[in-house]
Amino acid sequence: MSRRVAVTGVGQSKQAKRREVSIGAMVREAVTAAMADAELTFADIDAVVLSKTPDLFDGVMNPELYLADAMGAVGLPVTRVFTGGSVGGHAAIFGAHLVQAGLAERVLVVAYSKESEGNFTWALSRGLPFSAPLGAGAGGHFAPVIREYIRRSGAPEHIGWQVAVNHRLNAVRNPYAHVHRPDITVEEVRDSRMLWDPIRYLESCPSSDGSCAIVVTGEEHAGHTPRPPAWIHGMAWRTETGHFAGRDEVNPVAGQQCAADAYRQAGIDDPAAQVDVAELYIPYSWYEPIWLENIGLAEVGGSWKLVEDGRTMFDGALPVNPSGGVLSGNPTGATGLLRFAEAALQVRGLAGEHQVDARRAIGHAMGGASQFHALWVVGSEKPEAA
Amino acid sequence: MRDVAVVSFAQSPCQAANRRDDMADILLPVIREAVYAAGIGRDDVDFVVSGSHDFYEGRTFSYIESLDAVGAWPPISESHVESDAAWALAEAWSWLQLGEGDIALVYGIGRGSLPADLDQVVPAQLDPYFLAPLAPHRDAIAGLQAHAAIEAGLTSEQGMAEVVVRCLDAATGNPLAQRSGQVDVAQLLDAPYVSSPLREHDVAPIGDAAAVVVLAADDAARRLAERPAWVRGLDHRMDTHYPGVRDLTTSPSTRRAIGRAAELAGFTTSDVDIAELHTEYSHQEAILTNALELNGAVVNPSGGPLAGRPVTATGLIRIGEAARQIRDGNADRALAHATSGQALQQNLVCLLEGDG
Repeated sequence: MSRRVAVTGVGQSKQAKRREVSIGAMVREAVTAAMADAELTFADIDAVVLSKTPDLFDGVMNPELYLADAMGAVGLPVTRVFTGGSVGGHAAIFGAHLVQAGLAERVLVVAYSKESEGNFTWALSRGLPFSAPLGAGAGGHFAPVIREYIRRSGAPEHIGWQVAVNHRLNAVRNPYAHVHRPDITVEEVRDSRMLWDPIRYLESCPSSDGSCAIVVTGEEHAGHTPRPPAWIHGMAWRTETGHFAGRDEVNPVAGQQCAADAYRQAGIDDPAAQVDVAELYIPYSWYEPIWLENIGLAEVGGSWKLVEDGRTMFDGALPVNPSGGVLSGNPTGATGLLRFAEAALQVRGLAGEHQVDARRAIGHAMGGASQFHALWVVGSEKPEAA
Repeated sequence: MRDVAVVSFAQSPCQAANRRDDMADILLPVIREAVYAAGIGRDDVDFVVSGSHDFYEGRTFSYIESLDAVGAWPPISESHVESDAAWALAEAWSWLQLGEGDIALVYGIGRGSLPADLDQVVPAQLDPYFLAPLAPHRDAIAGLQAHAAIEAGLTSEQGMAEVVVRCLDAATGNPLAQRSGQVDVAQLLDAPYVSSPLREHDVAPIGDAAAVVVLAADDAARRLAERPAWVRGLDHRMDTHYPGVRDLTTSPSTRRAIGRAAELAGFTTSDVDIAELHTEYSHQEAILTNALELNGAVVNPSGGPLAGRPVTATGLIRIGEAARQIRDGNADRALAHATSGQALQQNLVCLLEGDG
């Protein structure tokens, strides 16, 4: 990497089914918190990047225009990124690129969704020429992929239930999470309504209102606050075509290459051993074993055993989504950035009740038909190569 | 800073409505043309970035359909802005500064003809609580701005018509323009208002088109183009959202953007031979000319947006057209401008230069 870059501020709003505030006020909550964490004022910011999933989700077109004031972005360059669910990761990486390229010293990356002001499943059940109008939403797309993963790996069905429980128990430690179910059990997940076979209600992400913001700075500006920075050791994005014969959506090549590129930059050759914690984009429980294999944190076909052995639980050797993850809160425009931000909080030692022992963490985001991938590796220590 | 240049530009004809082709069918031939003109294969492209907007298409993830025209297999490094593709070009330019690759493909695709009622789409860009419920029609806020510009003495209905006459005349030399021809001012001023003081001719005609720019850095640019159009300076800025608290006769964000772009470029607007401005309305030429302190440059030799405004591609076309003038040897230095939002809320400025 040409210039060392770090995250020095993280902020997020409380996530909920419905936040009784305006979009602008909700975005401002995260922005204010991130700026306070970084101990900066708006005059210090050189550029703003806004992450948002489809504008049709909550009905504001080009929300970077309406949110200019709430983001403190008047007079600044503002770029509105959109790449599906991975967008929060793309936005974080683009913000870091601006700093790395020397085009900005400090960039504010902002993300939000207010799903309560729209109809998410309607917006995702689009009428394409060659698809039936099933109203099946995102789960309808991912269910067959999960079935194929189960067929290949031979994983027992309780793996999905266990992941759902693990993440919800983690969320109890995170005051910002939307879903708080301290008493959840595997039996309760098993007995919850079947939505898209094999995905049950409690194995699914919610639709949430929420926002997130981070401040990315160059090396010269990092480390001057009482709170430590999260150094970016590697970051990458990759896209592949979403639909074609022979495409493997269970283990997409773009996801593999994305992770490999970030690990190469970070000097990681054995990710399972060299990464302490992972915040992964897991909207349905089965995506924990699927992504662990895809990004090289587990052997192909074997990751479900990590779940079975409890290794990905909060106290396990490789905790996955100690924040509670997407299963416990899903403001889609912010969901990817939250993963990147939570990874940063872990290596900064600022994750509060859901802090695990972490020197190196992964933030990961995915979008579309698993065709958009973004990943970064952050660490508590300054990377060697400048 | 790495030297980055426009080495190729192509666009499809601006059409009021293309009902024959879908998004990918509009885009694919334009990508082929731009890539072919640069003398590269698609495998040579290191980064792809695009601009489009779902609200015109009436569906979510419409940009995935355009991405199918590009192809993303084997996997590619790719990003997307949900706005005018001029901002995609800004992202590509930033990405090339990293030094991780040398060639970037930028495209914009927009079909303004698809919405059944643009008067429902355009106000969705406004504050959803305090402004959108007022449901101003598509040209209402521009009408207020035009009125303010006339009140401030920046232009007049006559002056606006003269801009239109000049642009439509220039567009007769642009086979891809949606509108062109010789008209006279008196004839234009006979038309009724659509949003007083704006008449139909004052409003850039919305339509469908795709545009593609290939950017290359350093030696790659020199290899791919006989006369690369170097992007010497690029910046974009945002103004406050609320029209009621803005002075609509000025464009502070444009002024800031040109200041920064000139600083990067080492030259400014007084040195440019031509300027391609994203004028969605005729009166905006006067506001932008003031903000940019343009003086003597030929404005919108392509005809500009008043001769064709394909949504989310119009700003990128300005950069492509400005680069074309340099690459063809008609200009040594050029300025391109793009805008987003109501009444010029967000503005981008790009300064280009040919080798001396």
